[in-house]
Amino acid sequence: MRLAVVKGSVVCTCKNPDMQGVKFLVIQPVDDHGRENGEMLVATDAIGAGAGETVFWCRGREATIPFLPKQVASDACIIGIVDTVYTVRER
Amino acid sequence: MIIAEVIGNVVATQKDEKLEGIKLLMAQQLNLDGSARGEPFMVIDRLGAGEGETVLVVMEGKSSMQILGRGLAPVDMAVVGIIDHYTVDGATTKC
Repeated sequence: MRLAVVKGSVVCTCKNPDMQGVKFLVIQPVDDHGRENGEMLVATDAIGAGAGETVFWCRGREATIPFLPKQVASDACIIGIVDTVYTVRER
Repeated sequence: MIIAEVIGNVVATQKDEKLEGIKLLMAQQLNLDGSARGEPFMVIDRLGAGEGETVLVVMEGKSSMQILGRGLAPVDMAVVGIIDHYTVDGATTKC
C-alpha cells in the first residue's frame, strides 16, 4: 500500500458494464512527507475520497477486492483516507 | 489504470484461441497534460474504441481476463472505459 494525493477525476460514459457506478480518481503518489513520488495514475475509489485528500491505495489484483462480489476490473484502488502520517524519517 | 490514446489497431490471423474475434488496438500512454509517455503498447478492446479516442486502460492480468470473459487467457492489458473528460487540479480536459 502506498500514499497518494487525489488530484482529480475521470469520467467515462462508455465503460465495462461491471464498472457502472464506480468512481475513477486521478492520484499522485507521494512519500511520507507529501512530496511527489512517481507518476500520476487513475485509481478506482472504494472509500469516497475527494480532490485534495491524502489517501492510501493498493495495486494489483487486490484492487478488485473492495468491490466484491461485483467483478470490477481494477488495478489500483483507493482504500483509505489518511488523517495523519507520522514517521521518524527526517525531511 | 492509465490514460492512453488509441493510435491504431493490430490484425493477427494466427493467435491464441482465447483471443479469437477480439479487437486488438495500439495505444500510447499519455501524461495528464496530453503528452506521450513511454512506448506504444497493445491492448484488447471490447467497448469499440477507435483511433484518436482517449481510453482508460487496466494494466493487470486478472482484470484483463475478466474483461475478456473467457477464463484464463494470455492478456495483460485491456480497455475498461472510453474517457469523456478528466479533471486535474480543477482544470478539465475534454477528450
